[in-house]
Amino acid sequence: MTGIRFGIVLAAVFAASFAFAQGGDKRRSGYQDMGGALQQMQDDDTANPGMLFVQQGAKLWEQRIGAADKSCADCHAAAGASMKGVATRYPAIPPGADMPVDLEGRINLCRVDHQKAAPLPPESQDMLALLAFVSRQSRGLPIAPSDDPRLAPYREQGREIYARRQGQLNLSCAICHDDNAGKKLAGVTIPQAHPTGYPIYRLEWQGLGSLRRRLRNCLVGIRAEPYPAGASEYVALELYLMNRAKGMILESPGVRP
Amino acid sequence: MANILVNVPKTAKRGEVIEIKALIMHPMETGFRPGPNGQIIPRNIIEHFTATWNDSGVFALEMSPAISANPFVSFFAVATESGTIRLRWTGDQGFAVEEQVAIAVE
Repeated sequence: MTGIRFGIVLAAVFAASFAFAQGGDKRRSGYQDMGGALQQMQDDDTANPGMLFVQQGAKLWEQRIGAADKSCADCHAAAGASMKGVATRYPAIPPGADMPVDLEGRINLCRVDHQKAAPLPPESQDMLALLAFVSRQSRGLPIAPSDDPRLAPYREQGREIYARRQGQLNLSCAICHDDNAGKKLAGVTIPQAHPTGYPIYRLEWQGLGSLRRRLRNCLVGIRAEPYPAGASEYVALELYLMNRAKGMILESPGVRP
Repeated sequence: MANILVNVPKTAKRGEVIEIKALIMHPMETGFRPGPNGQIIPRNIIEHFTATWNDSGVFALEMSPAISANPFVSFFAVATESGTIRLRWTGDQGFAVEEQVAIAVE
């Protein structure tokens, strides 16, 4: 009797693992496609250069600035609790606005509205540091895009840009990252383009970069003209990409070659 | 103040070989690149890194312009006595920072 029951359990476990291997999620983070040395670098908080920016962001979090003489911590207190999961749901539409903003935009809104300070220049060192610090609080959590129905048209715009051929090479994002992901472009494996590690410390950049910088980089790569700084197209693309990576685990700050 | 991440075990056995890892935020500007205005950006690198264990030198490194930004240094030392490990980076434009960590050797 016990033998039969054991057999049934074993069969069930086998079937379950088989189903997982067969029909499971085929999405891969760029982390899985990079070498072991780089994976170790990302996993070790004292070897991951992105953590230097997190450290700087932690200092900025406490710093009182602007006419209001307030720090981020004065409103949000300890980031470990208040910022947990925030990076998994942006871009989103902030209260009282009708356009979506990404995390970078949200930080600047806070600076202008609540701290009465000048907005940080996009992709400046301080902005990246705050971005890294806030995103770090969501490490290990699944990406959970907002289900606000007002986001749908922007997400659709992002999907349309993703699928549109552009540039002198006449390529779309989808041609590389959907149709040919996993194959080689020169010596490099083409990733599936899931924004799981942003902001990333890219060794080629010798610095931290946001998803926007990565998108601009790709546009230049297909010889298209990048959208101007602050263009809404970036937010639309980010919305689409985050939705595409829904449920994947956030690794911020990631390290990429 | 510079951002530094140091990884040293808090305790070690006498005679044990331990790994000391240090990462520092620094642009390591080579001095060969022209800036947006066409002028050469002045060189700004870390020239020397030294490590002392209770004031006796255990490791020293001379860096060159070819070393990447935010240099990561890892080296080994034999744990002899409890005390302080001092790490010191010095370089162009008066750059000088020091970080110290305590280690207990039993």
